[in-house]
Amino acid sequence: MWSIVHKMGSPPWFYRFANVAIAWLLPIVFVALVVGSIWGLLIAPPDYRQGNSYRIIFIHVPAAVVALAGYYVMATAGLMSLVWKIKMADTAMRALAPVGAALTFVALVTGSIWGKPTWGAWWVWDARITSMLILFFLYLGVMALSEAFDNKVAAAKACAVLSLVGTVNIPIIYKSVDWWYSLHQPASIKFTGESAIDASMLYPLLLMIVAFYGLFALSVLLRMRAELLITYRQSAWLRSELS
Amino acid sequence: MLPELGTFLRFQMQRHLQAALRRPSDIVGPLIFFLMVITLFPIGLGPDPKILASLAPGILWVVALLSSLVVSGRLFQADYEDGTLEQLALSPHPLAISAMVEVFCHWLLSGVLLALASPVFAALLSMPSQAIPVLMASLTLGTLCLSLIGAVAASLTVALRRGGVLLSLLSIPLTVPVLIFGTAAVREAALGYDPSSWLALLGALAAGGCVLAPLAIAAGLRISLEA
Amino acid sequence: MYFQTWSAVWQMDGHGPYVWGAYSLTLVVIIVLIAAPLFRSRDLTRAIRNDEGRRALAADASGENHASKT
Repeated sequence: MWSIVHKMGSPPWFYRFANVAIAWLLPIVFVALVVGSIWGLLIAPPDYRQGNSYRIIFIHVPAAVVALAGYYVMATAGLMSLVWKIKMADTAMRALAPVGAALTFVALVTGSIWGKPTWGAWWVWDARITSMLILFFLYLGVMALSEAFDNKVAAAKACAVLSLVGTVNIPIIYKSVDWWYSLHQPASIKFTGESAIDASMLYPLLLMIVAFYGLFALSVLLRMRAELLITYRQSAWLRSELS
Repeated sequence: MLPELGTFLRFQMQRHLQAALRRPSDIVGPLIFFLMVITLFPIGLGPDPKILASLAPGILWVVALLSSLVVSGRLFQADYEDGTLEQLALSPHPLAISAMVEVFCHWLLSGVLLALASPVFAALLSMPSQAIPVLMASLTLGTLCLSLIGAVAASLTVALRRGGVLLSLLSIPLTVPVLIFGTAAVREAALGYDPSSWLALLGALAAGGCVLAPLAIAAGLRISLEA
Repeated sequence: MYFQTWSAVWQMDGHGPYVWGAYSLTLVVIIVLIAAPLFRSRDLTRAIRNDEGRRALAADASGENHASKT
């Protein structure tokens, strides 16, 4: 396993790996997203309580899941950058933050759109949406910190520290927001039924979650490859790769 | 090494406290800020004491949080600018501990003072007096957490030109649990219930923060020094 | 397929604007997330290849000069 991590730290190796991975991911992610969307939009039956608006779940939940996981991936990249001084980890962090932020944004907006027909309001301060909003702020903080430094190396290290601090805090934030919500919540109302989700809805949801993970990986790899092309455009290995 | 560390820490503490006391406006200023912002709420929300009382725990805590953000911006600034920070980083004593001394002194002169002055502000918002001891306790513990969070953000932004706003951006998401536990404790006390579980949670955050924050602060300071 | 007609698919029993609004917004974000770096990479590789080609030409030209001199 370490040999793979070691190889990934080498820009030429990673460039070649990224090309292969992207070539495979592009069609797979495209197909998965199309199939999943058609399944969720047209084939799955409507929800007993919410009717057809629930179909937003097939993008809201995958985006939210991947956005949260993405922060941990970013923090792991930060750890690798700080502790093992792997330069590619810096590149990874720079690619991960905006993609994660974009998916968090999608989760927030689709959640808000879903809320309107379901609960009548464009924004409801429920526990999960509030936690998602804070996650969005955490992503924005990493992006802002990265831009504020003139020295790129220092910027990467600072973002690594910040994302590690954020990682430790995320479970605390989620739990505290959960408790906060139940404190102010009238006990009778229970929103999105977490009760047993029917198989006809579960399978397209799982497919879309997988598709979004693939989308995340694809976008991050594309960004990392673009950065490699800029950073190493004068170097011999890249020029021989391309010609 | 141990006696040397003790003397070193005592000297650092003296230095920070003396520097702070030389400029009393830096200490009183945040309290005046707190007072003025509290005054804005009845003006904005109307003088009905019942409404103010129901909102008081939240208002007091949010304003305490904002005050803490404002003062955190000054943390490490002076030492960074005059080169003392570099010396502290190079000294045989751990940078984490030197930094913690500064954070602790800073907390004594901002958060603790705020907690001591809070009964006055609570009275302005018609908060039931039975909640005042809990308010003071929650602010004492909570401002310690806020100072630690502010210090982590300050350590990362001290070398940046416009680090002030960025510091707030970085700190605020991390302060949400402190805000939630603090207001919950005060509200429970105001309603006559037992706030001890919320205070315990605040204490846990403070304890965990005291253990983990120094690592992040020292790392952040080293990064800022080499930037 | 749950819906009977294409019109029903569009309407979604009144929830159409919400569902289609959410899906189209997501589609836009996905397209930007993929297309922007993809096109940037293509432009960059093309630029590097051109530059490499120019360098090769320049190297050939100076090589021929050397050859004619000897």
